[in-house]
Amino acid sequence: MRFNGLKKAAMAGLGAAIGAGFALTAAAETPKMGGILDFVVAGQIPSYDGHLETTFAMIHPIRPFYSLLIRVNPDNPSSPTDFVCDVCEGAVPNPTDDGKTYVFKIRTDVTFHNGAPLSSKDVKASFDKIAFPPEGIASARRTFFKMVDSITAPDDTTVVFKLKYASGAFIPAVATPFNFIYSKDDLDKHGYHWHEKNINGSGAFMFVQHQPGAFTEGKRYPGYHLKGKPYLDGFKAIEAPKMAIRLQAIRGDRAAIEFRGFPPKARDDLVAALGDKITVQESDWNCGLYFTPNHTRKPFDDVRVRKALTLAVDRWGGSKYLSQIAIVKTVGGIAFPNHPLAATKEELQQLAGYSTDIKASRAEAMRLLKEAGAEGLEFTLLNRAVDQPYKVVGTWLIDQWRQVGLKVKQDAKPTGPFFDSLRKSKDFDVSMDFNCQSVVNPLVDVSKFLGSAGNNYGQYKDPLMEDLYDKMNREGDPKKVRQYMRQYEKQALDEQAHMGLTLWWYKINPHRSYVKGWKIAPSHYLNQSLDNVWLDK
Amino acid sequence: MTVSQMPGPGMLDDVAVQRSWHGAAWKLIRRQPLGAAGLAVVLVMIFMAVFAEAITPFEPEANSFEFMLAPPDGQFWLGTDQFGRDIWTRIIFGARTALYVGFVAAFIGAGAGLVLGVGSAYFGGLFDLLFQRVMDVFMAFPLIILALAVVSILGAGTSNVIIAITIPFIPHCARVVRSSALAIREIPYVDAARAMGFSHRRIILRHMVPNVMAPFLIMLTTFVGQAILLEASLSYLGLGVQEPTPAWGLMLQGGAEEFAESAPWVAIFPGLAITLAVFAFNLFGDALRDVLDPKLRAR
Repeated sequence: MRFNGLKKAAMAGLGAAIGAGFALTAAAETPKMGGILDFVVAGQIPSYDGHLETTFAMIHPIRPFYSLLIRVNPDNPSSPTDFVCDVCEGAVPNPTDDGKTYVFKIRTDVTFHNGAPLSSKDVKASFDKIAFPPEGIASARRTFFKMVDSITAPDDTTVVFKLKYASGAFIPAVATPFNFIYSKDDLDKHGYHWHEKNINGSGAFMFVQHQPGAFTEGKRYPGYHLKGKPYLDGFKAIEAPKMAIRLQAIRGDRAAIEFRGFPPKARDDLVAALGDKITVQESDWNCGLYFTPNHTRKPFDDVRVRKALTLAVDRWGGSKYLSQIAIVKTVGGIAFPNHPLAATKEELQQLAGYSTDIKASRAEAMRLLKEAGAEGLEFTLLNRAVDQPYKVVGTWLIDQWRQVGLKVKQDAKPTGPFFDSLRKSKDFDVSMDFNCQSVVNPLVDVSKFLGSAGNNYGQYKDPLMEDLYDKMNREGDPKKVRQYMRQYEKQALDEQAHMGLTLWWYKINPHRSYVKGWKIAPSHYLNQSLDNVWLDK
Repeated sequence: MTVSQMPGPGMLDDVAVQRSWHGAAWKLIRRQPLGAAGLAVVLVMIFMAVFAEAITPFEPEANSFEFMLAPPDGQFWLGTDQFGRDIWTRIIFGARTALYVGFVAAFIGAGAGLVLGVGSAYFGGLFDLLFQRVMDVFMAFPLIILALAVVSILGAGTSNVIIAITIPFIPHCARVVRSSALAIREIPYVDAARAMGFSHRRIILRHMVPNVMAPFLIMLTTFVGQAILLEASLSYLGLGVQEPTPAWGLMLQGGAEEFAESAPWVAIFPGLAITLAVFAFNLFGDALRDVLDPKLRAR
């Protein structure tokens, strides 16, 4: 009974905290200057090079040192279409030339931390490195810019992107927070690897020190181009891989916030312990959690078996309960939930595995398994040895499959060996898989389902999907784009059941209530420049 | 030197007394009450592991989210975990995993250590010298570190965990057994056996091994407890048995961090099960040592 009481208190506190959070946000508050923001990061920095890296462990401590050409609106980061200029001037430009030319005017008051002025040459050099890296130079987002034909800088304040074809995916790709603007001089003098170990940005904060495995420190950049910002004197990003330590750090006020996200129980515990000293922000998360069958391994080369795997999964029921213990919640298709390109609930229910009649779905799954001669199939689910959400959802998934007679073991491997199994040895039956993106950009994000995509591990070829993807990206009419998206989705999740989508992630950020100005975004990569953040102490 | 002795009249009396199992049990309880308690716990564990399906009505791996994180009550004696699985059921089935890993790793590790230890003592010379240096290398690492190294090479899973635990046991047992075997090697009946032309295998197995059984059995029981602890440690670190298989260390991992405050039973009961099992095997091992060691028995 005591625990029930605690639960009620936690929920009441949570409600109060969320309510208080919204109320405070709604009220106009004058930012206060000064203070150091301490925050915890659940990972170590692999390198400082945003063009190379893909992890939040780099973005959270390093992004404040750099500027972007454009970025998601820090006052409205939950919108997938609201972008504002950072080092460019005025509003984000509209395209000309039938949607194939974008002209950006660059601000003249931006300087790098070493004192050098930032010009269009620096922007061009940075995007050349990202979109057209030289041989041997890795660029994690090169494919985002497949539509780009050329980048030119006709004068010091103008950058022109010419596209091969009009694409709605271009502007969100430019706003990706990893697209740090580097100094052309640095690239020319020191080479393309220099930024992996050195920092010279034009962001709101200047680099002070990084103690690997411990912390990264930054201090206010007085020459920041957005006048009056940042509000903070500095920040300290503390590396703490274990969740318990991060939680205790916030609880004990050794850190004010963790930007990635906590599971629901951790949120409840913090709120129960600290009441209105904690504010909770929540959002859908631009991360989908999938399972991918290995199409080269029998019997997963049989579409009936793959379809049975997805039919057995009770997504609607799972959402109800898993959202209480894991960082997943929303039932969705391949596009980010609630985006104009995403499937409606009615459209989803037409897909295999999305019916609300789970008994009928499972009966169909068992029929297909019998027909394919795969009744009582035994296989191993490869998983990433990370609790949230991989192992929790993996364990749930195994139980879902058990209910259609499948006998599944789990092989949870640390991140390195897990990716080796997916990418190098490819020795798995079915694997947990994910697609985490930053800016919500479904036209690019759904490339994951292409057999030819670098981050697709199903080892299949589907020319129809390649064709649909190409048409979808070259189509200018939003209605037709949406139609292509539905066909593409049907082929990926139903007709061929190449992969199965479990649930979309759900982001929960409980933080100290004195942290103001930071708004949750649908990605843990977004809105991390920290120039809007201030401390109400 | 049990092999070379003829039973005397007193010893025959002992045999007669031991024919009554309850008499032997009473004698054990009276002389070694802690050891008897340890043995009782071990027997209960074995009973639970063998008859797990009959003891509990719940399935250990089936999710029942409608009962998730239910506190201990009349229906779920030890509460449920985040997947709505009955913790009492998973502890009972977890005993099966613990004992399976514990006994297999202990028997193979101690068995291999016995053969290698006696062989090393018997042959002596360069073989003994080199073999013992190899054992030194293995023994330089703490058990858990060596097990971690092995499992990181082989990967997780029950079979690999058994291998990972067995390998560090071998040198520990070999070293202890060798020291006893060295003394036995110098006893005249071994020389006599050699003089009669018996094969090395016969001398080792028939004349030396039976005489090192006392330290061997003590090592064996200790190893079972250590293996259970190692398996739990590896599973806790995510390198051992994998979900949804019920295993105590794994249960501790799933609940320890996230639900320590809101649902402490998720972590407490598997932790108690590990503690109790290891404690029981250690008590039993200590008692066995006291019974088998003539010096301690005389006291």
